[in-house]
Amino acid sequence: MSQQQAEKEARKQSAPILQVKNLKKYYPITSPFGKTKDFVKAVEQVTFDLTEKETIGLVGESGCGKSTTGRTILRLTEPTEGAAIYKGRDLFTLKPKEMKKVRKEIQMVFQDPHSSLNPKKRIGEIIEESMKIHRIGNKAERIEKAMYLLRRTGIREDQYYKFPHEFSGGQRQRIGIARALAVNPSVFILDEPVSALDVSIQSQVINLLEELQDEFKLAYLFISHDLSVVRHISDQIGVMYLGHLVEKASTDELFENPLHPYTKALLSSIPIPDTRVRRERIILKGDVPSPINPPSGCVFHTRCPFVIEKCKKEKPIYKESTNGHLVACHLY
Amino acid sequence: MVGEHLLEVKNLKTTFLTEMGSVVAVDGMSLHVDYGETLGLVGESGCGKSVTAESIMRLLDERTTKYEGEILFKGQDLLSLPEKKMVDIRGNEIAMIFQDAMTSLNPVYTIGNQIVETILTHQKVSKKEAYEKAIEMLRLTGIPSPEKRILEYPHEISGGMRQRVMIAMALSCKPSLLIADEPTTALDVTIQAQILDVINELKKELNMGVIMITHDLGVVAEVCTRVAVMYLGQVIEEAPVDNIFTNSLHPYTKGLLKSIPKIEGDRNKKLYTIEGIVPSLHNIPKGCRFAPRCSFADEQCRTQSPVLKETDGGHKVRCWHYEKIGQMEEKIDVTATS
Ligand SMILES: Nc1ncnc2c1ncn2[C@@H]1O[C@H](COP(=O)(O)OP(=O)(O)O)[C@@H](O)[C@H]1O
Ligand SMILES: Nc1ncnc2c1ncn2[C@@H]1O[C@H](COP(=O)(O)OP(=O)(O)O)[C@@H](O)[C@H]1O
Ligand code: SF4
Ligand SMILES: [Mg+2]
Ligand SMILES: [Mg+2]
Repeated sequence: MSQQQAEKEARKQSAPILQVKNLKKYYPITSPFGKTKDFVKAVEQVTFDLTEKETIGLVGESGCGKSTTGRTILRLTEPTEGAAIYKGRDLFTLKPKEMKKVRKEIQMVFQDPHSSLNPKKRIGEIIEESMKIHRIGNKAERIEKAMYLLRRTGIREDQYYKFPHEFSGGQRQRIGIARALAVNPSVFILDEPVSALDVSIQSQVINLLEELQDEFKLAYLFISHDLSVVRHISDQIGVMYLGHLVEKASTDELFENPLHPYTKALLSSIPIPDTRVRRERIILKGDVPSPINPPSGCVFHTRCPFVIEKCKKEKPIYKESTNGHLVACHLY
Repeated sequence: MVGEHLLEVKNLKTTFLTEMGSVVAVDGMSLHVDYGETLGLVGESGCGKSVTAESIMRLLDERTTKYEGEILFKGQDLLSLPEKKMVDIRGNEIAMIFQDAMTSLNPVYTIGNQIVETILTHQKVSKKEAYEKAIEMLRLTGIPSPEKRILEYPHEISGGMRQRVMIAMALSCKPSLLIADEPTTALDVTIQAQILDVINELKKELNMGVIMITHDLGVVAEVCTRVAVMYLGQVIEEAPVDNIFTNSLHPYTKGLLKSIPKIEGDRNKKLYTIEGIVPSLHNIPKGCRFAPRCSFADEQCRTQSPVLKETDGGHKVRCWHYEKIGQMEEKIDVTATS
């Protein structure tokens, strides 16, 4: 066992820093007169642990509830049911003032940092300000730290006084990351952080995120629809479909031995940039059903190539196959 | 005519006249497409893929755009045709589909009306025949119960379905060339797989030539027969699809392939990166345009522009040192394995 692997094994023994349990989030749909007509069942059944200094990836197609999962943890949108235990406390029961403190420790990084960087402020000020809000250091210390973080994330110090619009998409993402780092967080929730970037810039930012994870001892919840990126960066992966976490396993286990028919279809649909690799493709029929009226039983049954009668009636429960590999499917 | 290509672009140069001066977005582009083949046009955003497509279709505002070179479609130069003739060719002989179907679908008309309208504009058929054709096209793109769907409006259907409707509309006049500009970029992978299948099937059925514009090298491997890689307004490498993946010659192409995270093999390595960013069109580097980011660049690269040179088997590359670089890498491979 290499040293790296040994360290990873040791870490697995350590307690999770964040536990999401039976998370559920329904968005009410209201009629023009303010009455609730229906619900978008955005997240129905999501449970996972995030271990210190590790990365869990959440994958699935658009609308499956990845962003909602990330946002409810920080209560940017209020959960309907469930718990998110962070350092022993359930975030969903905290008072606003206590929640504010947690938001310092759990930072969010978005796909488009442009919308989250104040266009009227210079980038140095943006970073300094987030420290000020959380009462970190005095002015001189804050400026020094902001300079350090910019340099560390690959932005030249002489660009401290520039405005966000003067930077490219990749550079803005670095600035967003620098700002998130400024308040000494222990968890990053990254929602499609490299999805808008071109390949050559994407690999730069992924490498940066990996270096920062080691340097600042961060745990990542890494949300992405791009399975190749998620495979590269994650220790564990959760696959979501229509609000449900349908499978969860360590990264290598998931790719070598996918169990859920949806995971299999998803993996087989990724176009591989190499003509020497030819695979059997599982082409799913039809579209993802509406989360307002999800299918009965197993939510995947309307598109599943292996559907049996039971799938239409009964919701599958999680089964653990090998160590830690969870799947919710009647075939197992 | 023997040896005539369906489409042959020769030395195309597209210049925008802007307030900040003129900008050459496509500079010296040459490519060809034959019946029944799919040419991939790849490169990062801003490299000139869409402008190339829009130039072929002559969709750009000609008061502020200057075209130079030749675009030979079935032997006639589109750049010298009067606009009236172009109208006949667009949508009829050459069709185009986009990333966002909503840009080519009208939200106030039903799906059926729009396809019927397109057919009636270009073909001498009765309304009833057009209607039947529309249903047939929708069926070909894999839309279930097209008789019902034809009565729906674009916003009532999913993104994947809209993309199919746009394809049905684009192909309803059986064009000989289809230009698909990032047709699956906004779609999820399982839906992308469906749409790529549809395009492939219809290409065979109609024996069309296809230009597939994408930034995704996975899509290229999946559907293309030949590939042109663009960088900053120029083709820097062109080759049969297998060569691009097994024997790419340009440092930029090699770099791109190495930077992509893979779904197989060792995942604990650091990703390869191409340092720096793509320069602006207002500030095009002298010599080789890739030189500021290239680890092999020398004085020659920084001062003289390489030409797109044919090596063998239809493989072309725009680099001064591709032979030397290939030999160097072979050596590295040998030492790495021994
Ligand atoms: N604020 C909201 N109000 C109502 N529905 C929402 C809201 N945000 C998201 N949704 C819906 O919830 C579902 C899950 O969305 P999201 O979490 O954004 O998915 P993902 O990030 O996986 O694409 C989708 O059907 C989406 O339309
Ligand atoms: N109408 C226009 N006027 C000026 N510049 C343009 C215009 N359209 C595109 N460009 C510029 O031309 C370059 C190539 O753009 P485009 O072909 O859209 O790139 P892509 O490869 O991403 O499709 C970009 O730098 C873009 O900003
Ligand atoms: S010509 Fe020179 S700078 Fe350009 S790609 Fe080749 S080696 Fe690099
Ligand atoms: Mg999302
Ligand atoms: Mg484009």
